[in-house]
Amino acid sequence: MVHRKTLGQQAASAGIYAFLAALSILCVLPLLNVLAISLSSAAAIQSGKVSFFPVEITGGAYAFVAQKKAFLASIAVSAERVLLGLAINMVLTVLVAYPLSKDGSQFSFRTGYAWLFVFTMLFSGGLVPSYILVKELGMLDTLWALVLPGAVPVFNVILMLNFFRALPKELQEAAFMDGCGYWKLLWRIVVPLSLPSMATVGLFTIVGHWNEWFAGILFMNDSAHYPLASYLQTVVVQMDFTKIMDVDDAIYMQSLDDRAVKAAQIFLGALPIFCVYPFLQRFFMSGIVLGSVKE
Amino acid sequence: MSSKRWRMQLPLHVMIWPGLILVLLFCYGPMVGLIIAFQDFVPTNGLFGSEFVGLKHFEYMYSLPQTTEVIRNTLFISVMKIVAGLLAPIATALLLNEIRRESFKRSVQTLIYLPHFLSWVILSGILIEVLSPTNGIVNSLLASMGVEPIFFLGDQSWFPFVMVGTDVWKEFGFGTIVYLAALTSINPSLYEAAVIDGANRWQQTLYITLPGMLPIIVLMLTLSLGNVLNAGFDQIFNLYNPSVYATGDILDTYVYRLAFVNAQFSVATAVGLFKSVISFTLISISYWVAYRFANYRIF
Repeated sequence: MVHRKTLGQQAASAGIYAFLAALSILCVLPLLNVLAISLSSAAAIQSGKVSFFPVEITGGAYAFVAQKKAFLASIAVSAERVLLGLAINMVLTVLVAYPLSKDGSQFSFRTGYAWLFVFTMLFSGGLVPSYILVKELGMLDTLWALVLPGAVPVFNVILMLNFFRALPKELQEAAFMDGCGYWKLLWRIVVPLSLPSMATVGLFTIVGHWNEWFAGILFMNDSAHYPLASYLQTVVVQMDFTKIMDVDDAIYMQSLDDRAVKAAQIFLGALPIFCVYPFLQRFFMSGIVLGSVKE
Repeated sequence: MSSKRWRMQLPLHVMIWPGLILVLLFCYGPMVGLIIAFQDFVPTNGLFGSEFVGLKHFEYMYSLPQTTEVIRNTLFISVMKIVAGLLAPIATALLLNEIRRESFKRSVQTLIYLPHFLSWVILSGILIEVLSPTNGIVNSLLASMGVEPIFFLGDQSWFPFVMVGTDVWKEFGFGTIVYLAALTSINPSLYEAAVIDGANRWQQTLYITLPGMLPIIVLMLTLSLGNVLNAGFDQIFNLYNPSVYATGDILDTYVYRLAFVNAQFSVATAVGLFKSVISFTLISISYWVAYRFANYRIF
């Protein structure tokens, strides 16, 4: 390769570095602004002094949020939802993906089953019929309404299916010859070999359940059953305090800035995502891309 | 089929059944419920007790001037999102490809992927704060340059463009992954040959990198056709308000309000069905084209 660069090439290269650096900073500046507001004093916020660094640092907004009953209750709902949703999604993903990863010669109905699942990605009954179904099943205001309608994530099934297919066939054939049944094969050989990709799918499932807000709004009549994402949607985004208002809110609010309280709740809502982000990032480069787009 | 073969495959069937039952109930069940689009649905009479009225609700939908407006908004926003959402990641991937310092490249990727993982609820909370006309940081910066405050989320003419801009902000980074993967599959000896022939970086990009990425670009464009009626419910539902309905109301938010604000369940279902059928047709065509010409398979 050429080692010496002309002046013009150096300038172009420096320009690209600068542009990409600016672009990356632009992606996180709004987040920094909100974080700074959440940590600043009411006086500093109201006088417009806060930009990307906290001014007159205080944890008052966080202390206030930490004692808000509705906020804490919604975190508990979110935690239950993530755990139950993760368990159901993962078990069903593996159980559906494994038979579908077989050839037509090993599993005659494979293609028929596969189309039944794939069709649900292409067409859906829509909002009103889904709502009526959940209502008729008596699942309104229960945790089941948040986890069962999406119990089989078909996209994840396809990812796992492609991964299972890439496992060495000889291993399973040998075990099969030795009289090992499909259940034992799945549990003893396939699952242990797939733990890394299952971790990837699992992390995406956790993020998905934590972020999902619409089912909560749709299926919960009582805001006490809202997961955190739905709670934030109501309180921070729609600013609808008629549904959720703690009695002692008014007393605290006098000494705090409303924007700081909102900012603190936004930041706490995003915090779990920031925590799993380093793990996510390590996985998705290799896992998701190779699984989804094939040549 | 022999019963021996059936018995051998039985465990595979049993594995699928729990998932299949839930999919039949929660995905195919609502499809049966679509009949309420052809009924005067009254919740207390139930699914099979309501009167059948044929295409009445579709005719009503067609007669509403609002419907045309909503379809126009949906197409405008989604087409702009598809175009911008295709160009921004390609440009970013090409620029990242020029970076030789791995640590810098990885830092950029870490930061630009981040917004993809935050939900529109969180991002809307952030955007409402940042874009506020009274005390948001964007308008403070504009004010310091002598620009009048802009009500980005309350001004009809701004709203669709703010939706496209913020959607690109959220997704362009994550969108680069596909193109970066395509870049690694380009044969390095092509570049070596080009350098010997005296091609500079720009010519290499133009004649090797871009043609090398073309198949994946065409594939992504084809697959995005299925989204022409999806202008982004999560984003718009969280950011819109009655003052921008004229330019910002889209099919999905319209269906939601028809059903849960106006309680017109049958009309809402009819509009939803109209959207689903068109989307299904577009997705089927785009997947067929992708399969036929790029050998792309879903599974």
